[in-house]
Amino acid sequence: MSQIGFWDILTNLIFATGWTVLLSIISFIGGGILGLILLFARIGKRKWLQQVVKVYTEVFQGTPLLMQLFLAFFGLGLMGINVSPFLAASVALILWTAAFLVEIWRGCVTAIPKGQWEASASLGMTYVEQMRHIILPQALKLSVPPTVGFSVQVVKGTALTSIIGFVEVTKAGTVLANATFQPFTVYGLVALIYFALCYPLSLSARKLERKLNAAH
Amino acid sequence: MNYQFNFEWIGTYWPVFLAGIWMTIKLIAVGGVVGIAVGTFCAWARSLGPKWLGIIVAVYVELIRNTPFLIQLFFIFFGLPALGLRLTEVQAAMLAMVINLGAYSAEIIRAGIEATPKGQFEAGASLAMSPIQTFRHIVLVPALQKIWPALASQVVIVMLGSAVVSQIAVEDLTFAANFTQSRTFRAFEAYFVSTAIYLGLAILLRFILIQVGHSIFATKRRASR
Repeated sequence: MSQIGFWDILTNLIFATGWTVLLSIISFIGGGILGLILLFARIGKRKWLQQVVKVYTEVFQGTPLLMQLFLAFFGLGLMGINVSPFLAASVALILWTAAFLVEIWRGCVTAIPKGQWEASASLGMTYVEQMRHIILPQALKLSVPPTVGFSVQVVKGTALTSIIGFVEVTKAGTVLANATFQPFTVYGLVALIYFALCYPLSLSARKLERKLNAAH
Repeated sequence: MNYQFNFEWIGTYWPVFLAGIWMTIKLIAVGGVVGIAVGTFCAWARSLGPKWLGIIVAVYVELIRNTPFLIQLFFIFFGLPALGLRLTEVQAAMLAMVINLGAYSAEIIRAGIEATPKGQFEAGASLAMSPIQTFRHIVLVPALQKIWPALASQVVIVMLGSAVVSQIAVEDLTFAANFTQSRTFRAFEAYFVSTAIYLGLAILLRFILIQVGHSIFATKRRASR
């Protein structure tokens, strides 16, 4: 057997990082779209829809992501769908991400002062017009820093998909650690790779937040 | 979908689940208490402590907050023996949870400390209190009171995150589900039950923490009157 050197470990890990990034992007975009739909249900006028979304967020925020991954993996299988780990991981992460984003965004909408609603109502705007022209543009500005901040959680969340057998950087790390008997080096490198992915996101979230506070 | 759900295995396997729940509770009890203690110390170091210590703590906090818990766990359990530090599964899981919660709670508590008005420090100094005494008696309690709900949420997040410790063979609630599904082939049902238990635990833990917060801070308020 040929020796696996440091550079072999690093190149393999970096290759696997591509899957981590791809899964993060899919989860974030998918979760964002679903979150937006749920947001309108959550802040809309129908009581029962509000309740449904409330229960949805409570369940997804109150249970481990790992369990959601397992349930997606085995649950989709029960429905007769041939599930790859990638599909199960994407579905679970999208549902999970949406549950958090909808709460973050709802906070941004409710943070808009009541006077804004009253002012726009007094101009004879309908609910949709108020949303479109007054509330959402302001809420959008508020929502950018916490949304960027949450993307860090999504990237870290993808690490759990290794447990249902999706080969991203954590799984690649496990395989390499077992093959090389150098868990210290391998997991150290994996940690640094995650740090390199997440730290810029954390930093920009903080910077955006500061900018937003300075503007007020 | 013509799958027949079957929960009959619960009759046989409930002791496994009970043992798993007990392990999860033990993990979060130790991780929560020690983690918040570490977080409090780190928050002090970053906002009021010596500069060099603040820098070390800042690096620690950023490293932990920007890497997944699973990798921290693997690094501690599989990686640290290379440095001669060999831990049992449960010790490694507890250490990982303490380190993780320590970093997150440090940031939360620091926000509370930095929201303390400057006059409070000056008032403490004018009563001839040492900086440590001022921190202990004047700054910390109102700071904790302010951020307690956020801290409670973080403890719940760490409890839910502890589901992955089954990956290093800690026999927690997730392990119970894994064990059961490998014996009964009722994977969906086993994970469904454990997910429901986790939800119950999360709601219960949150409730307990809020009650604890009420009782701690209520007595403090009465005492200070």
